[in-house]
Amino acid sequence: MKEPKIIVCAKQIPDPEAPFSNVSVDVEKKEVIVDAPDVISPYDENALEAAIRIKEELGGKITVLSMGRKVSDTVMRKTVAAGADSLILLDDPAFARLESRSVAQVLSHAIKKIGEYDLILTGRQAGDWDSGQVGLLLAEVLGIPAISLARSIKVQDGSVVVEKIVPVGYEVVEAALPALVTVSNEVGELRYVARTKMMALLRRPMTIPKWGTTQLDISAEALHPVQLTELCPPPDMRRECVFIEGASPDDKAGKLAAVFKELR
Amino acid sequence: MSDILILVESKGGALEKMTLELIRGAGDLAKELGTGTSAVVIGAETSQLAEAAAAYGLNKVYRLEHPLLKDFQPDAWVAALEWLCKEIAPKVFLISHAFVGREVAPRLAYRLNTELTTDCIGLRIDPADKGLIRTKPIYGGNAVAIVKTEGTPQIVTVRKGIFEPAEPAPAKSEVVPVAPPLTDSVIKVKSLKTVEQEVVELDKANVVISGGRGIAEKEDFELLAGLAKALSKTHGKVLIGCSRPVVDKGWMSSDHQVGLTGSMISPDSYVAIGISGAVQHLVGMVRSKKIIAINTDLGCNMFKVADYGVVGDYKDILPALIKKLEE
Repeated sequence: MKEPKIIVCAKQIPDPEAPFSNVSVDVEKKEVIVDAPDVISPYDENALEAAIRIKEELGGKITVLSMGRKVSDTVMRKTVAAGADSLILLDDPAFARLESRSVAQVLSHAIKKIGEYDLILTGRQAGDWDSGQVGLLLAEVLGIPAISLARSIKVQDGSVVVEKIVPVGYEVVEAALPALVTVSNEVGELRYVARTKMMALLRRPMTIPKWGTTQLDISAEALHPVQLTELCPPPDMRRECVFIEGASPDDKAGKLAAVFKELR
Repeated sequence: MSDILILVESKGGALEKMTLELIRGAGDLAKELGTGTSAVVIGAETSQLAEAAAAYGLNKVYRLEHPLLKDFQPDAWVAALEWLCKEIAPKVFLISHAFVGREVAPRLAYRLNTELTTDCIGLRIDPADKGLIRTKPIYGGNAVAIVKTEGTPQIVTVRKGIFEPAEPAPAKSEVVPVAPPLTDSVIKVKSLKTVEQEVVELDKANVVISGGRGIAEKEDFELLAGLAKALSKTHGKVLIGCSRPVVDKGWMSSDHQVGLTGSMISPDSYVAIGISGAVQHLVGMVRSKKIIAINTDLGCNMFKVADYGVVGDYKDILPALIKKLEE
């Protein structure tokens, strides 16, 4: 098996683990405001982890593609620190808040510009809109096999064998390369990147190509933004929490046991 | 006239509850549109399922049959549904937001040159252009978006539990067999084998006890199991759940995961241990009748949605609690 060329699509989003008191909705501007640093969407990190494991076994090259508006290379450089070989940012005012189909169109142009590839990995869904569409749409645009919800991925002799999660357990499926696989969290978390390694990487000069509509030869008119007619705050989930106090864990446990007995 | 189409799903030969919910939801939209609802059943042999669906007063039930449609092979299902939609040109297509829909709907939408909205929790018709107005939670439920999209059919996947299940109707539906012209060449992804595993159904539990990132060791889930055992004597069916980091670590299989991409549940009691409460987890359990949280961090999200809270280390609290419950 020759060394595989892998492309990982990773999106930068506001931290989905941010406490909800840090998230607000600007109804007027129809914007969600998250007071937390941006991160790589968690399932996309899983996809990168899967790619790195393949590279560890077979060698090869991992290119990370990240698309959006004002993508930060400091956030995305973590992918290189973890084990990706190169990073390409797709950044253009015309890429703001696009509908999934248009996102897939832009990504497909970038992938064609990269040229040769064996495997494309994406997260099963992004942690902001949770649509779960772009990966599967991208496979359609490129006309390659699509496998979703991978929990493990193996590349061998021109094909990819995937254990995908199904309701009764898992299914083992196979497709010829090139193929696209969407990755679920069962693959495992992205390996730890030491802070010192990350800092060193940030200091190092690095060429990170930035491609917009011009470089990708896409007309901005062909892209559809999401038609957001309204954005509302969520229904209030808060409850009045009764804190069980006590001098010792034993004391607290006794009172908690009483609560359970009441709930019976 | 029937302009609304729904995808029928079944389990063990019976209609899924989520399909009955779609029938109800489609019925409401049909009234707004002044049209009717049809359904499509898919498989190698669908007569029994078609009869079951036909009891719900639909206009037509399409039996989309082909040997390649025997098991759920996404490539074949997408191709068959693409063919059917081109034949009958529905204006609206509703699919449940579950395993099949998540996989089929985006690809189908692409091939039909239309734009899909997934995981909708509300649907209505725009009186101006008869388009489908979709309500969808975003940012893990921290905001609710109302969106429209281009293209026909207007296609969406619908979250479970949003509509009441439909009741059988006296009017029988017309059953229409249709044979899509599929060939082996549509199958690009080959199924080698399916491995069945024991799967927990968290939505069937009276009490769910979940652990999260705060659980220090895999073995500590024994403490949660101990609590489950103690409670199961008096509180009905008690199952163990978890938040996503636990699945990521490989400590539990994904059927135990509660949240947006796991199970969405509303048990009598939900016990959250060492779960800070990422929104993607909260949306999966916030409809529980009573929520009890044990966490070392007083400021965590979980306490904001809980009815009862204990600030402390589960390693101290749980053994004592189990002992008290067993007294």
